[in-house]
Amino acid sequence: MEFGPYLFIATLEGAITAAVLALTAVGLSIVFGIMRVVNVAHGEFFMLGAVIAWWITSLIGGHPALGFIVALIVAPILVGLLAIVCDHLVLRRINYDPERTIVATIGLLYVIQQTTLMTFGPEARPIEAPFNKRIALPWFEYGESGFALTWPWGLSTTTYKLAVIGAAVFILLLLWVLMTRTRLGLIMRATQLDSEMAQAHAIPVNKVYALVFGLGAGLAALGAVLVVPIQQAHYLMGGDPLLLSFIVVIIGGLGSVPGTILAAVLIGLSDGIISVFFTPTLAKIIATLAVAFVLVFRPQGLFGKAEQ
Amino acid sequence: MTDHKEKSPEATLIDPANTADASSKISRRTALKTLAVGAGAVAATGTLPGLLGPAQAQSAEPIRIGFQVHRTGIGAAYGRWYDRTTEAVVKRINAEGGINGRPIEIVAEDDGTDPKRGAEVVEKFASQHKCDLAFGTLFSHVVFGSAPRAGELKIPYFVVSEGHHVASGKLNRYTLQPGITDVKSQVEAMAPFISENLGKKVTMIYPDFAFGHDHRDYFSLAFENQGGEILEKIAIPPTETSFTKYFPKIPRDTEVIYHVMVGPAVLTFVKELGEFFGASKPEIFGFIDSLEAVDLASPGLEFLEGTYFWEGNPRYAQEDQSEFDKVYREAVGVDANGASISDSKDVSTYAHMFGCWETLYVVKAGMEAAGYKGVEDRQKLIEAVESMSAMPHSFEHPQGAKIFNGKTHQTFGHQYISKVEGGKLMVVHTTSIEDTMYEDEVDYTKQAF
Repeated sequence: MEFGPYLFIATLEGAITAAVLALTAVGLSIVFGIMRVVNVAHGEFFMLGAVIAWWITSLIGGHPALGFIVALIVAPILVGLLAIVCDHLVLRRINYDPERTIVATIGLLYVIQQTTLMTFGPEARPIEAPFNKRIALPWFEYGESGFALTWPWGLSTTTYKLAVIGAAVFILLLLWVLMTRTRLGLIMRATQLDSEMAQAHAIPVNKVYALVFGLGAGLAALGAVLVVPIQQAHYLMGGDPLLLSFIVVIIGGLGSVPGTILAAVLIGLSDGIISVFFTPTLAKIIATLAVAFVLVFRPQGLFGKAEQ
Repeated sequence: MTDHKEKSPEATLIDPANTADASSKISRRTALKTLAVGAGAVAATGTLPGLLGPAQAQSAEPIRIGFQVHRTGIGAAYGRWYDRTTEAVVKRINAEGGINGRPIEIVAEDDGTDPKRGAEVVEKFASQHKCDLAFGTLFSHVVFGSAPRAGELKIPYFVVSEGHHVASGKLNRYTLQPGITDVKSQVEAMAPFISENLGKKVTMIYPDFAFGHDHRDYFSLAFENQGGEILEKIAIPPTETSFTKYFPKIPRDTEVIYHVMVGPAVLTFVKELGEFFGASKPEIFGFIDSLEAVDLASPGLEFLEGTYFWEGNPRYAQEDQSEFDKVYREAVGVDANGASISDSKDVSTYAHMFGCWETLYVVKAGMEAAGYKGVEDRQKLIEAVESMSAMPHSFEHPQGAKIFNGKTHQTFGHQYISKVEGGKLMVVHTTSIEDTMYEDEVDYTKQAF
C-alpha cells in the first residue's frame, strides 16, 4: 500500500483505540481526581462491561441491534452498581487511604477476574455488531489530469468502527456537560477541591464518593460495550486498557479530564500509527517512555496543576 | 518375634481353653491384659491388608497419566476439547479392559498455556502425583518450556502439539509426538497444491512464536522449491486483539494470502481480513487453526466462501466418512458439523484433538508391548514406542493411517485440504503420507536415557 492511504488507515485504526481509551481513562481519571483512589481494578470493570454485554445479547436474541442497545444501557449500570457495592464494602472501610486502596483494588482485580473465569469461562466470545458495513474509502491523487479520486486497494473501514468514534465523542460531551453545567457536577468538583470543606457545607461526601466510583467503572464498561463487537469478550481483556489508561492519565495530568482526553487521543493515534509502520511492541515502548519523561520533567502531567 | 510372644505369659491368656475360666474369676489386672492383647490383635489385623496390599492389587492398580491441559490462557478452547477427547478415549480404553488389565486414571492439571507453569505441572506429575507419564500439551511454547524438565525427571512426555520441535532434535529422548503430525510435514505437503492451484506470489500471516516460526521457515522454503515466491512475511503477536493495522503490509501484487493464527481473537482476525479486502480479495489459503473452535457461520465470515483450508482432520463429516471417524466423532460428542452434540455453537478443535485419542492408544500399545508394570519400566515404554512404525487406519487411529519414525519421535500422516462450499468445509484433496515426509534431523535412539 502507498504511504498516503497507509497512513490514513493507521490513523483511523488509531482513532478507534483513542475513542475507547478516552472513555476508559476518563473513568480512571475522575476516580483519582475526586477520590484520590488509584483504582487498579479499573481494567476489570472494563472487562465486566464486555462480558455482561455478551450475556445480555445472548439472552435477548432477535436482531443484533436490539440486544446491543439493551447492553449499552444495562451493562454500564450493572457494572456501576457493582462498583458502588465495592466502594461500600471495601474502600470506605479502609477510609480511602491511598496506599491501602491500591492493595485493596489489586485484590478486587483478582476477585473479579477469577470469578469471571469460573462463571463465564476462558473463551473469547463474539457479539454481533448492530450494523456493520464495509466502506471503501477514496483517496486523492495528483496525476496528469490534475486531482483524481481513486479507491486504493484495502483502504476501508466499517460503519460500526466510525460509529464507535462518534459515540465516544458524544458520551464525553455528555460527561463534560454533567461536570460543568449541572448541580451534581458542581458537588463533584467541590468534593474534588476540598472534601472536608465540602462536607462542612453539607455535601454528603461518602455518597459522592460512591457515585463517582460507580460512574468511573460505568464509563469503563461503556467503552467495553462499544468495542466488544470489534474485539470479542474475554476474561483477560482488562489488562491492556488498564495499562494504557494509567499511561494516559499520568501524561494528561492526574485528575484532569481535558488532559486525559488529549492524552488518550495522542496515545491512541501514536499506538495505531507506530504499530502499523513499525511494531506494536515499539508503540508500547514509546508510550511507556513518554510516561517516564512526563514523570521526570512535568510530574503534574500536561494539564495537571502543580502541588502548591 | 512371634515365637517369643507365644512363649510369653500374656499369650496364654487368650488360649481359648482358658477364656471361660478367666472370665469366671476376672480381675482388674487380667482384664487390662486382655484388653491390651485385643488391641494388639486389632492393630495387627489392621496392618495385614496393608502388607498384602501391593501383591493383591498389582493387576488393578490404575496407570496414572498426567494430563497437561490448557484450561485457561490463550489455548483454552483447545484445552476444552482436548479434555473431552481424552475423557472419551480413556472411557473407551477402560471399557476394553484398560492397559495390561489396568485402568487408566487421568490426573489433569491446568498449565494456563504458560511455559513456566507447564514445567511446574510436569514436575508435579513426576514428583507429587506419581504419574507414570505426562501427556497432552498443545501450544509449542509450553512444550518448549516443559520438555527439558520432563527429560531431567525422566518421565515420558507425549505431546500433541504439531510443532516441529520434536523432530527438529531440539528436545530429548523422553519427549515423543506419536499422535499428531508436525508443521514441517504439513506445510511441505501444502506447498505444491498452493503453487499449482492458487498462485505463485504468496504473503504469509502467522503468529509470532515458535509455532508460527515453523510455518514461516518451512513453508517459505518448500514454496520457493516449488518455484513460488514469498512477497511478505507478517508476524502478529498471539495476544493481539485488533488486526486491521497489520494488513496494509500486504503487497498489492499478492496472489495468495497464507494465514495461520491462534489465540482468543482468531475470529476477529479472519473477520478483519475480510473487511480489509472487500470484494477484491486474492486467493486465500488458511490453516484451520485460524478458525478452530469458531463457527464458520459467524457473521462476517461469508467472504471465506470459495477459499481453502488445511485441516488435520475434516471438521464436517464427509460423504465418504470412515466407520472409524463415525465412532470417534460420536464417542467425543461431536455432530456432523464439528460442533458439540449438546450445543451447536460450541465448535470443536476437530483438526487437532484426534491427537489425544491416537496418542493414548499408542501409549496403550507401547505399554503392552513393553510389559509395562510401573515407573521402573518407563525406558522400556519409550523403546517400545520407538520401535513402532506403521499405524493403520483403525478405531485406534480414526484420522487416518500413520507412519511413526522412532528415530525422530514424530509421526507422519495424511493431510486434508478443504474448500469452503455452502458454508461448510468440503475436502478437495488428501495428500499421501509420502508427500509429508522429510529427511531425519535427529536420532533420539542414540541418546542415553
